[in-house]
Amino acid sequence: MITLRINGLEVSVEEGSTLLDVAKFLGFPIPTLCHLEGLSPYGACRLCVVEIGEEPRTKLVTSCTYPAEEGLQVRTASSRVVRARKIILELLLASCPQSKTIQDLASAYGIRQQRFRQEHEDCILCGRCVRICEQQMAAKAIGFRGRGEKRSIGTPFDARSEVCRLCGACLYACPVCELRCTLNEPERAICGACANLSPPCLEKEPFDDMMCYLSPCMACEIKRE
Amino acid sequence: MERLNSVDHFHWLRQRLIADRESHIPTLIISAGTCGQASGANDLIRIAKRELLAKKLTERIRLRITGCHGFCEMEPSVLVEPQGTFYPKVSNKDMPRVIEAVAEGRVLEDLLFKDPKTGTPIEKQSEIPFFKKQVRTLLSRNEKIDPIRIFDYIANDGYLALAHVLSRGSAQWVIDEVKASGLRGRGGAGFPTGLKWEMLAQQPSDRGKYLVCNADEGNPGAYMDRSVLEGNPHQIIEGMIIGAYGTGATEGVIYVRNEYPLAVKHVLIALRQATQLGLLGSNILGSGFSFHIKLVKGAGAFVCGEETALIQSIEGKMGEPRQRPPFPVRKGIDDKPTLINNVETWANVPVIFASGSKAFAQVGRPNNTGTKIFSLVGKIRNTGLVEVPMGMTIEEIVYEIGGGPLDHTKIKAVQTGGPSGGCIPARLFQLPIDYESLTKAGSIMGSGGMIVMDEQTCMVDVARYFMGFFKEESCGKCFVCRKGTQRMYEILDDICTGKAVPEELDLLEELAQVVKDTSLCGLGQTSANPVLSTLRYFREEYLDHIQNRRCPAGVCKALITFRINDACTGCQLCVKHCPVGAIAGKKKEPHRIDPEKCSRCGICKAVCKFSAVEVQ
Repeated sequence: MITLRINGLEVSVEEGSTLLDVAKFLGFPIPTLCHLEGLSPYGACRLCVVEIGEEPRTKLVTSCTYPAEEGLQVRTASSRVVRARKIILELLLASCPQSKTIQDLASAYGIRQQRFRQEHEDCILCGRCVRICEQQMAAKAIGFRGRGEKRSIGTPFDARSEVCRLCGACLYACPVCELRCTLNEPERAICGACANLSPPCLEKEPFDDMMCYLSPCMACEIKRE
Repeated sequence: MERLNSVDHFHWLRQRLIADRESHIPTLIISAGTCGQASGANDLIRIAKRELLAKKLTERIRLRITGCHGFCEMEPSVLVEPQGTFYPKVSNKDMPRVIEAVAEGRVLEDLLFKDPKTGTPIEKQSEIPFFKKQVRTLLSRNEKIDPIRIFDYIANDGYLALAHVLSRGSAQWVIDEVKASGLRGRGGAGFPTGLKWEMLAQQPSDRGKYLVCNADEGNPGAYMDRSVLEGNPHQIIEGMIIGAYGTGATEGVIYVRNEYPLAVKHVLIALRQATQLGLLGSNILGSGFSFHIKLVKGAGAFVCGEETALIQSIEGKMGEPRQRPPFPVRKGIDDKPTLINNVETWANVPVIFASGSKAFAQVGRPNNTGTKIFSLVGKIRNTGLVEVPMGMTIEEIVYEIGGGPLDHTKIKAVQTGGPSGGCIPARLFQLPIDYESLTKAGSIMGSGGMIVMDEQTCMVDVARYFMGFFKEESCGKCFVCRKGTQRMYEILDDICTGKAVPEELDLLEELAQVVKDTSLCGLGQTSANPVLSTLRYFREEYLDHIQNRRCPAGVCKALITFRINDACTGCQLCVKHCPVGAIAGKKKEPHRIDPEKCSRCGICKAVCKFSAVEVQ
């Protein structure tokens, strides 16, 4: 058992727990985006950062990946942490404003505006689809390609996958397109109504033609160029 | 080559090679590292070989082809031993004269290096100001060794340190010596090397341990590691073998970036030769101790210089960093204990064991021992590699070794540590170059890049350039670095093109701080440094750009105009050279530049003989 201090509370946890596990166990809210129960932690979205260490040598680390250490001091909502989360949420809104998950997170932190140039991307590269395909569905059909701005998710060389079983786990896992709100732009809609809570293509027949590996996301209604 | 099967056998070979050395015979030394070759050293070599054969001088003059010596501004250069005569920038036409002079024991006064202030010629390399103040522990060896001849290395005390270590026979002693020397990692972070070795030695050895030489050297403007690898690969190999002996490592990897083909070639030759001689591989010098090294090439990613991304790359995966803990020393390549050190760190190891840890610690300052190689580039007279003891002031390096600014400009700042570092303004040039002082000033030592900037360098443009570099090289895994560098670049671009509003500066600072705090790896964490450090010392330049839409250095194209003043004689030269036809004016009448058509290329200013073109 490892003993550490989180937000002033001393607690003993099992070896191998992450700081996120500890915080959740105690009920401290930590926002996450790339984390999904049942998948390995990835540490890509940086939302779950917490402050560790003692003044003046503290640093921010992602709680989803950081293992619990004996004697560690953790603060889940210090001013440095909150400042960081707010900017990260602004950046997220600046990229994917249409995602309801991101909108909800932003409003929970009182973000009323984003100050960057507005973009409309379909993917935040959180990797949940990649991880669920590999770890839960044992298919490993999609992965990351490219570096930096050119980073994307897809099948090797964009070829039709032989291992994809059209299970839809990637669509289920995606935090950006899962609940896409398209109220103001029906022509960009996938389903035509923002109240849909599950991807509509799963209810359509025939299903075989619909899998598109999120490029563009859920193109079942949109013609491929 | 006969395999050496004991330390005594090695000493026997060494004595024979030293005895065979003919140090009285004049030797032409041509530095043919990548920079030398680019300057034309290959032609000099070709001419030298031709002349020596044609004039039947091969018994009386030797030719040695080496790696880079460091005075890159003066390449292609020829050094003559044993006199120490230095001929800079030798042309193909003059090479036969040089050879003739060496054969007759003369010195060609007109081809010697001339002191820039007095014009007096200086014959000996050791007297030239560039070389005088350096302590060239590592670089001087490049002059004595042909990198593809292992015998050259052995004849110059090569592998002597290894023999010494094997004779002593104590792994703990090796670690204690490195700790006592005070050597700190030369890759940038300055972690005490002895401590890192001790941590690896303490790891369980049941599954094997790895040693890695990080030769990814991605910083733009830095090429120290390249020169050491090209010019003296055996010194790194020897360092790694000693390291393996001390820590119990079984496998070694030299990770060289793909863009260094000459370094790759020379390292492969060196590995082969060392293995053939029995200095590397199984049962080294009959001691029973085995250590193998393989070469792995990078694939063009700056992020792979980061140690966890480097490990991924060696394993054949995409170069992406991961969180530490667990540190590579515990779980590295294939989850085995792995120690990663920089090229220059490994090169310093044989130095420690050849001269002893006490002697090593005498150079430099307490807690900052030894020498460091810096690549001095930018707006400086003597561009090249300089090796100085730690603790020398920036002023000494820039003015006494570097020769000060070009022409009549004034030096404004120096960027240390590459893009991850920061700029130090001229008023702080009294600072000594050591890890702590640089960090306090808001920069880092980094791998040793030193970019000199003058009054005509725009600091905002510099920040934008470095941010563009980070944006390209970010691996993209963590959202904050990927998007943060993009957005910071956008804001800096807006500032440079005069489109920014004052609130964007606050946003830039906020964003820079968050990117620094929350990025996964060192690339992201230090990507904010160019912004934060230029804002700290040159905030007025930013404000000038934003509030007055003005670039004081005259660089940012959107904010400058080119004007012709009264000095114009109407010679039409600029009219002919302007690529967009923006200059109008008849012969003998003052010309005028149309600001709408002008593309700010600067050609008119460069060709005007009357300095009639002004930049505002």
